[in-house]
Amino acid sequence: MTVLKATRRDLLKGAAAASLAGALPMPAIGQGAPLKIGLMLPYTGTFAKLGKFIDDGFRLNVEQAGGKLGGRAVEYVQLDDESEPGKATDNMNRLVGRDKVDVVVGTVHSGVVMAMAKIAKDTNTMLVVPNAGANDVTRAMCAPNIWRTSFSNWQPCFPMGKVMYDAGHRNIMTITWRYAAGLEDVEAIKESFVKLGGKITEELYLPFPQVEFQALITQIAQKKPDAVFAFFAGGGAVKFVKDYAAAGLRTSIPLYGPGFLTDGTLPAQGPDAEGIKTTLHYADDLDNPANKAFLAAFKQKTGQEGDVYAVQGFDAAALLNVGLTATKGDFAAKDAMYAAMRAAKIDSPRGPISFSRANNVVQNIYLREAKGGLNRYVSVAHADLADPALGCRASS
Amino acid sequence: MDLATFAVQLLNGVQYGLVLFLVASGLTLVFGILGVINLAHGAFYMLGAYVAYWLTLKTGSFFAAIIGGVAIAFVAGLLLESLFIKRLYGRDHLAQVLLSYGLILVLDEVRQILFGKDVHSVAAPEFLRGSFRLTDNLSYQNYRLAICLFCLAVAAVVFFVIAKTRVGMIVRAAAENRDMTRALGIRSDRVNRLVFATGIALAALGGIVVAPLSTVYPGMGDQMLILSFVVVVLGGIGSVAGAAIGALLIGLADTFGQVLIPSAASISIYVVMAAVLLWRPNGILGARDL
Repeated sequence: MTVLKATRRDLLKGAAAASLAGALPMPAIGQGAPLKIGLMLPYTGTFAKLGKFIDDGFRLNVEQAGGKLGGRAVEYVQLDDESEPGKATDNMNRLVGRDKVDVVVGTVHSGVVMAMAKIAKDTNTMLVVPNAGANDVTRAMCAPNIWRTSFSNWQPCFPMGKVMYDAGHRNIMTITWRYAAGLEDVEAIKESFVKLGGKITEELYLPFPQVEFQALITQIAQKKPDAVFAFFAGGGAVKFVKDYAAAGLRTSIPLYGPGFLTDGTLPAQGPDAEGIKTTLHYADDLDNPANKAFLAAFKQKTGQEGDVYAVQGFDAAALLNVGLTATKGDFAAKDAMYAAMRAAKIDSPRGPISFSRANNVVQNIYLREAKGGLNRYVSVAHADLADPALGCRASS
Repeated sequence: MDLATFAVQLLNGVQYGLVLFLVASGLTLVFGILGVINLAHGAFYMLGAYVAYWLTLKTGSFFAAIIGGVAIAFVAGLLLESLFIKRLYGRDHLAQVLLSYGLILVLDEVRQILFGKDVHSVAAPEFLRGSFRLTDNLSYQNYRLAICLFCLAVAAVVFFVIAKTRVGMIVRAAAENRDMTRALGIRSDRVNRLVFATGIALAALGGIVVAPLSTVYPGMGDQMLILSFVVVVLGGIGSVAGAAIGALLIGLADTFGQVLIPSAASISIYVVMAAVLLWRPNGILGARDL
């Protein structure tokens, strides 16, 4: 019995030594092995198209860099998050724990991204957010390893206060869904609009994702504000814009909103969206060489017109490329990599971008006008706008 | 709220309620008469809307979309009943929920393959495209008014068939006591097939007529399914008249909930439902035990 015990112990020791031996040369091998990138995006469901475009944008950028980031080959692990917050923790754990990815790129849905950010923070896994705008990702949840190449909900909405005030509006109403993104958007415009001396006479909310707008549109008609700030997305945005026009309010009470109100939805909204002014960090016809090259390359790769989501995915890869180029592909040299990313100045299709102390993208916010099926550039509503990063204590 | 605004909101609530009725009437028929919980009801609503989009695009006529869409849904209902649903009569509700949930996934995938995942809009028929003034600055689409009339007409037809025809008599008898009806020699399988297909066709019809108002998008059936169940339970399972009352109640509760108590808008319809069920546990016109 004792003999057996000793043998087993020896065996265990041997196994431990063997595994250690296997682990030891890792850093050396690490540089040669491909960088494992987990793409955790919605590949099915309502946001599937957004997920696909982010994915395509990301891969396009890597392909343009010769299939490598910082000279290091890249391997993808794709995972469909279904925009399902309930499954977010399990999905993220699978990428980090089982697939052992180096960096996670995701996602679209704000509820899902909050669960991802929490795990990224706990496990110190690098996370690059290519869409979800929940302010907290780069505020209370901020960390050296959490980055965002899209926007915070605050960013596209804050400049709208000035845009609407400058257009002569003093009493406005807001309408959106009662959920995190809607509330953050209304907060952001309120902040700038009220500071300038404007007044928000009433904030209207619908339960998410209800699309029966008639009762609230009737209220808008009755209260007659100078203008309306609305945030809806996808099918809700299409229906709201059409209902608003059908109620005869499009010309009498102008409609404004963050770009999502008319982005990717113009074909379905048709003439009812004509003239709606929105603010976003991208416009379909941005006149800069990077955008033209991007749109042409994206069209060649996918056969489709690139949009803001594709740009956000494209820039996520560009940001990683900056970090890994600085360390010559060494992903273990985190400090040097993050420092390089923090100092990055990227010539994005959306214009020049850089990064704030909370690792959120600093970018121009453009005023656009829906015209002839495109969100056309009107002016720069706010140049180099950084999210205030309130509550972010992990500055580095 | 002045009287004019109140009247407009009343109109909004009634119009919403009528659309809810159109969709929920099919569900209450299937649920009440066949005893089958059809979770895929909302998926057929969505599919109806997509078919309306596709047929309007191909034929240029919204009426072709209505006729074609309802026909497709009816045939699909007949097939589904004879292949799958008929095996579920009298079975555990869990089996029905599983099958119809599976149907949701399949129908969603079919939609994905046939139509993709884009949001679409459907043009209303030419002569209904205009609008008329309701108040000094508020217009009302003619199409919305047309939907009200259309839903009323469909309701009248459904009521007539159920109250005055032989088929309706069998349907009522089956709703009252399925086993007794069968024992009396009524060919229940044929009636069942007809009822199920009609239920599906009504769901699709709801999706089709709503399409020009609501836009067509992937998860549009989910919310409609929940609302339809609320309407059915509220009105009394199997009672078409109950569904009509329930739908109007929900339409009004939702509209005035949003206007009068905006912070509680998301629960207003459920508060109404809870209150009604406390008063009448089987629903407003419900006779059968759940």
